[in-house]
Amino acid sequence: MSARDEVLGRIRTALGEQRPQVAVPPVPGPRSLAPAELLHLLAERVEDYRATVLRCTPDEVPATVVRGLDLALGAGWEPADVVVAPGVPAAWRPSGAPEDDGRPAVQLAAFAATLTGVATAVAETGTLVLDGSPLSGRRALSLLPDVLVCVVEAAQVVPDVPDALGRLDPLAPLTMVSGPSATSDIELQRVEGVHGPRTLVVVLAG
Amino acid sequence: MTTTPQDARAEPTPLAPGAPRSGTTFLGLPTAPRGVGHLRGTQSFPDAARTALRDGQLRANLGRATTTIRGKRAAVVAEVPHWEQLRQAGKALKAATMAHLDEHLEELERQVTARGGTVHWARDATEANRIVTELVRATGSDEVVKVKSMATQEIGLNEALEAAGIEAIETDLAELIVQLGEDSPSHILVPAIHKNRSEIREIFRRTIPGVDPGLTDEPRQLAMAARTHLRERFLRARVAVSGANFAVAETGTLAVVESEGNGRMCLTLPQTLITVMGIEKVVPRWEDLGVFLQLLPRSSTGERMNPYTSTWAGVTPGDGPQEFHLVLLDNGRTAVLADEVGREALHCIRCSACLNVCPVYERAGGHAYGSVYPGPIGAVLSPQLTGVEDNASLPYASSLCGACYDVCPVAIDIPSILVHLRAEHVEAQTRPTAESVAFRGLSRVMSNPRLWHLAQRAAGLGRFLSRGRPTLPAVLPPPVSAWTRTRDLPTPPGKSFVQQWTEEHRR
Repeated sequence: MSARDEVLGRIRTALGEQRPQVAVPPVPGPRSLAPAELLHLLAERVEDYRATVLRCTPDEVPATVVRGLDLALGAGWEPADVVVAPGVPAAWRPSGAPEDDGRPAVQLAAFAATLTGVATAVAETGTLVLDGSPLSGRRALSLLPDVLVCVVEAAQVVPDVPDALGRLDPLAPLTMVSGPSATSDIELQRVEGVHGPRTLVVVLAG
Repeated sequence: MTTTPQDARAEPTPLAPGAPRSGTTFLGLPTAPRGVGHLRGTQSFPDAARTALRDGQLRANLGRATTTIRGKRAAVVAEVPHWEQLRQAGKALKAATMAHLDEHLEELERQVTARGGTVHWARDATEANRIVTELVRATGSDEVVKVKSMATQEIGLNEALEAAGIEAIETDLAELIVQLGEDSPSHILVPAIHKNRSEIREIFRRTIPGVDPGLTDEPRQLAMAARTHLRERFLRARVAVSGANFAVAETGTLAVVESEGNGRMCLTLPQTLITVMGIEKVVPRWEDLGVFLQLLPRSSTGERMNPYTSTWAGVTPGDGPQEFHLVLLDNGRTAVLADEVGREALHCIRCSACLNVCPVYERAGGHAYGSVYPGPIGAVLSPQLTGVEDNASLPYASSLCGACYDVCPVAIDIPSILVHLRAEHVEAQTRPTAESVAFRGLSRVMSNPRLWHLAQRAAGLGRFLSRGRPTLPAVLPPPVSAWTRTRDLPTPPGKSFVQQWTEEHRR
């Protein structure tokens, strides 16, 4: 008998003829928040992870992206140091910053910073979700450079995790990002910055 | 009287025909095999704990760490007004999944296969290790990077790979500390919780080639040293091995929850990804993750959300590994499933909240449990995976205070399973134990009024021994010492209830 048939057979033996009937109770939805409160909550929760949040109007996104890069890289950074996800609108991009050209993933480590959009953002937990689309970029893009700048638009913000899952494609390679990379492995104290980007800047437009 | 039995590995117990025995359950379902993996210790819990309790540094490290994490968890859980409903939903979702586990696994296999992945089934640790070893060999690589995973710790995958000449590099910071220190994990979430910052600095100084000799014990500096040490290994890795926190049957989506980004490195950069997952980790629907992704981070690291959660379904062209293997592991889980009371232990989402609140874990530490699953959940899971005779002391490694049940995000009734396993262990005994003899005697005395009054009068001897103190001295002659060595025996009262009643009503 194959291992597959044997394991499945064991499960059937273990459960027997009479399988338990289980009703799953409903879970209350998230608290209802006005759009302005939702953005405020997102900003507060992202900052709790020691990420930087820069709020602006949709028109101010390009200038705010530059300000974010100034803060993260220090003035005098070169546009060539910043790699941009291919679906990021032209208006958001620092002029001269190269687009991810599909080079072998490990070569992305040579860039100092990455600029992407997001698929959705969760206010309650301060989470950004990248979905591998051209706007979010492939997974390695938001992983290897040490600074990650993400632009979030107001309409992308949802109250809680279940709302976000409802908007996402389960087949896409998703990365949920809550603050910069961190560890609590030494005496259970949170330290920001291990293998992923050590600096996270969120440009919140709207 | 003894209530802390020796484990079968120390002294084999003859079994009556038909009694549950190690190796198979009463339904004939095999438990996790001996001689492979890390589900059994070399000592019984009381013996191992006795050694651990003498280590003042260990107790200080554990006390500090568990106090910190308890506070963080309590704060973020209090923030969620419908936490109890979430918990009950999590519990019901798990129970409903287990009731049709076979169907969900078949669906998961179909979906993963449809998206370019390959599904393998492993009856036990030995088979899973063989499958993974062969898959790595087929790539031609002699090293793999690993995401922290309880399943691969359980089956002893690193040792199996090493025996095949393949180096397994642990990339989670705590796993790295354990691996470099040639130590073993003592906590589900933070395997190096027993080490403090200066001990970690010493391990890094000793074992990381080219590490800055001026490395301080500042946690940030230590984390940076690990970043530098592993960076090049991530970039050159061709094969990664991970576990999985969840697998969604209807979509074939796998999920890994982590903090440092080492998981993302492993799940993204290598050409080949091999995921080893216990069969109980499957959830039926995508929306089920909405419940568990709220419950897990808050219970585990005490965060609203962990820094990184990655999900993937099979292979995505142009993004991440182009070869994906999923190994579905039984290794005793179906034997657990066969026990209507004990099967709830399979609902565990490995958050470790029960470890952090447990007064026994906080003092004895994780190594005393002998298994990769320590603490309260380990005390119910390990004996069931191995068969209770191979971990017979674990169901007794608890004061039954119930704190573990209160914090469990999927409301596993750990104290009830502990009691259930104790009963199973007692019933499996064919030779009388000191405890069973004592209780049989007590039963005779208590069913005979004359004997009972005599016994009460004899208890006055205890007052003489206590010399006015509220408890009897710990050093009493055997067999009483078996009880008093680890417990306070109260001094008997001057008059029994019956004596007082008689006196009062005579007036």
